[in-house]
Order: sequence, then C-alpha cells, then structure tokens
Amino acid sequence: MNSILTSKWTKVAVFVSCLVPLGILLREGFTGGLGANPVEFIEHATGDWTIRFLAITLAITPVRKMLNLPLLVRYRRMLGLFAFFYVCLHFSTYLIFDQMLSLSGMWQDVMKRRYITLGFLGFVLLAPLAVTSTAGWIRRLGGRRWRRLHQAIYVSAVAGVIHYYWLVKSDIRQPLLYAGIIGGLLGWRLLVWLGERRREPAPRPLRSKEPSTVVTD
Amino acid sequence: MLFKRSPDLKYSDVTPRDVYLNRRKFLYGLGIAGGAALAGKRLADMISPATQVLASSKLDGVVKGKFNTDEKVTPIQSVTTYNNYYEFGTEKEDPSRNSKKFVTSPWAVAVEGEVKKPRTFTMDEILKLAPLEERIYRHRCVEAWSIVVPWVGFSFSVLANLVEPTPNAHFVAFQSYFDIKQEPWGRYAGIQLPYVEGLRMDEAMHPLALLGVGMYGETLPNQDGAPVRMVIPWKYGFKSIKSLVKIRFVKDQPPTTWNMMQANEYGFFSNVNPTVDHPRWSQAKERRLGELFKRPTLMFNGYADQVASLYNGMNLKKYY
Repeated sequence: MNSILTSKWTKVAVFVSCLVPLGILLREGFTGGLGANPVEFIEHATGDWTIRFLAITLAITPVRKMLNLPLLVRYRRMLGLFAFFYVCLHFSTYLIFDQMLSLSGMWQDVMKRRYITLGFLGFVLLAPLAVTSTAGWIRRLGGRRWRRLHQAIYVSAVAGVIHYYWLVKSDIRQPLLYAGIIGGLLGWRLLVWLGERRREPAPRPLRSKEPSTVVTD
Repeated sequence: MLFKRSPDLKYSDVTPRDVYLNRRKFLYGLGIAGGAALAGKRLADMISPATQVLASSKLDGVVKGKFNTDEKVTPIQSVTTYNNYYEFGTEKEDPSRNSKKFVTSPWAVAVEGEVKKPRTFTMDEILKLAPLEERIYRHRCVEAWSIVVPWVGFSFSVLANLVEPTPNAHFVAFQSYFDIKQEPWGRYAGIQLPYVEGLRMDEAMHPLALLGVGMYGETLPNQDGAPVRMVIPWKYGFKSIKSLVKIRFVKDQPPTTWNMMQANEYGFFSNVNPTVDHPRWSQAKERRLGELFKRPTLMFNGYADQVASLYNGMNLKKYY
C-alpha cells in the first residue's frame, strides 16, 4: 500500500482524475450538453465540486489516522488546491456572467445578499491557503503557525455549505447531505481535540517548544 | 422565422428533442466521479430509451391572439427540459424525466364557490369553450430567468363568465392535481402539496390572464402543466399554476403555496417588479434562456401598459 501511495504515477493519476469534472464540463460546453441554462449549470457544477474537494481534503487526516496510512498526507495539498481551483472557476463564472465583470456590482451583492457574503468569505479564505501551500511557506511560517492558518479551511467549508443551504428554495436534501459530511469531518476533529485535552493533565507553566511537524493537525 | 412557418410545420420539428440527452451523459460522468450511489441512478437514465415520448398532439384551429410579443421565441427544447414542477422533482431536468407517465386523460376541472352556476368541465368541454388563440408571452421566473413562450388558450374570463360569479367573489383560488402515487417526488419538494394559487378577481378577469391548454401549437407537455394551466404573464412564474383541477371563487384572499412556505419571500401578488428584490437575490435583471448575460427586468414583466391600472394607489413594496 505504501509503495502505491509513494508512487509518482499514483500522484499523476489522482491529478488527472481531479481534472475529469472540468474535462466533462468543457466537452459538454462545446457539444451543447449543458442544458437550457449553461451558466447556471456551470455555476452549480463548479460549486458542487468545490464542496466535494473540500470534503475530500478534510477527509485525508481522519482516514489516514483511522487506516494508519500516514502517507496519504502526500495528496492533501493537491486536493486542497483543486478545491481552490474549482472555487475560482465558480467565482469567475459568477463575476463574468452574473455581474458582467463589474467589481462594484459584485461588492454590492456581497454586502447585501447573505448567501453571497458567505460564499465570498469561503472563497477569500481559501486564497491565502493556496498561496502558502508550498514547502517554502511552511518553513517561513513555522509548522505551528502554518497549521493554525490552514485551519481556515474549516471556516471555508462551513461557509460553503451554508452558502448552498441559503441558496436553495425549498428542497434542502442536497445541502443537508453536504452539511452532514462536513459536520462529520469537523466533528471527528473536535472529538480528537477534546480527547487530547482530557489526556493532558494541566497546562504546563513553561511550554516547551514542540517539534514542529507539519503533517499533523 | 418560427412565425412564418408553413401550416404543417410544428414547433417540435424545429429542434430535435433528443439533443438534451448529452446533458444526461454529463450528469452520468459526474456520478462516476461523485459516488457510486449517484452513478447507479444516472446509469438508469443512460439505459432508458434515447427517444423522449411526449404525449403532445397538434391543436387545430388555433388563431393568432392579441398581446403577442415579437421577441424571439425560446426553443421548445429549453421550455420542456428546464422546468420548475416540484411534484416531479426539484431539479430543472427532473420534470421532463419524471412526468412521462403522468395520466392527463380523462381530466376534469371543478369550478365552485361564489358562483351561480357551479359545474365541472371536462377537458373536451374546455377545449371548445372559445376559439383557441396563440399568445406569445414573456414568462419571468422568480429565480431570475425568463423565456418567451407561444402559449395556446383563451382568456380565463371566458370560463369565469360561464359560471356567473356572485358579487361575493373577490378572489379566485386555484388548485393543482396532486397524487403521491403518480408524483412521489412531491414528498421531497419542501412545499405543501397540492399546490394552490390565487388571484384577485380583477386580476383573474384581465384579458391577459390566460387559461392555457397548449404551447408551440400543440397540447401542453406534462412537464409544462398538462393538460390545462393558468398563465399570468405579469407575475412571477409560480403564480401560473399547472395541471389545474379546481377553481374556487371566494370572498377572502386564499392561501397560496409559496407564500405559506416563506411569506417574506413570496407575496400573494408577486407581480414582476425589478425594484423589489427577493430577500435573497436581486430581481433587477434576468437571464433569458439562450442568452449568457443578464438583461434588465421590466416592470410587470413588460405588461405595465395593460395591468398597471389594476394596482393604482397600491404600495407595491408592501404588497409584493
């Protein structure tokens, strides 16, 4: 299993799979397969894939701990970057076709419509994470600070789900499904955190420097 | 041009009906990547027959009606695959998929309440109440998309006058067909069914208010509200109730489905109004299906000259 996870080809395969949703969108776009309202179709598809990639990224840590596959972390950055990639497509479609590239129009929308506010927040929060996803930035920030910064993905994922929930008119099954998945993944972290806190007897007066390991959170 | 067609060329001849199947393939692709459960559902769609069976048949003796817009008619393919009809599912493409077996014959519409001559009309009787007119109307959904549809029907007032409403009839309440066996998707609609709608008496009697029995020269497809529906072109689409089974003339303002669901978002009047936003999104613009960018929304959906006088002296921000 570990040899599969460390193989360069696995990484290539995961990378290509992550591009499949975009490939299908492009193919259907050129063959008229996006239905009667292509802009809405693209907005919904790229929004869905953003939440899905956020969920997959957030699933890496629980899965690697539960299945004892620490090497899975090698894929976390790529998956997170794909979440950012799809949210960029999502946001650009909105900015170009709904706002006709008007930044003032977009800003009015962000300030006035709460589901846009949250969607925008989720998008903006991911940008610094994408920028600081490199090894250089991890070194520069230090493991502890880098980890703290990258916990912003929790806020982003929750914002994304509420953004979706506030958009639908009456059938809330799909946003609730995503809320359940994201909630489960964050709930698992909460339980782990509570468990660790209970195990630690009392706050140490002088905190010794912990070795900064980037691959845990 | 669609309107200068030869008499035996139907709208449905203009656009192939199976083009939209490409979209299913896309959804199927999403299913593969997204999860096995979804993929299973999409797979069922994939292996279903490629040709869509529509029960629509040509309507004879249709004359050109008044109030036609000369804007470009939306392709029938869009109007039959992009629907809000929550009894058949809440995704836009659900109604075209799920309504194929919907039974619309025999059909009857009960007309009752504050009328001197309550009666039930069979579908055959309705089709013979008045000459069928083609009326090309703009149709603006509350979700900020719009279409232009050549409806077939006649003014609702024709039917109303036949039953002779009493002076107590101040409103008209409409009810859609609902049968959980035929429309099991309604369980997940998130709105109370059967769907109910209502109009003030003067709105219902306005000549623009259409009792629709067809579109594009043919009977209504199931997903568009077969076999008989209302079309109120100056109001948001959800006011134009589909698959009508009951009409009740009443004294007091009747409850309406979306208003019951969320009163601050969907008012009783729900006139198209670019200056009054939906609490969650702007109504200033709309996307005409077939166009990429949005266009400005017109007051009363462009029918202000005909209907604005119905609302003289009314605060349209309060009575949205």
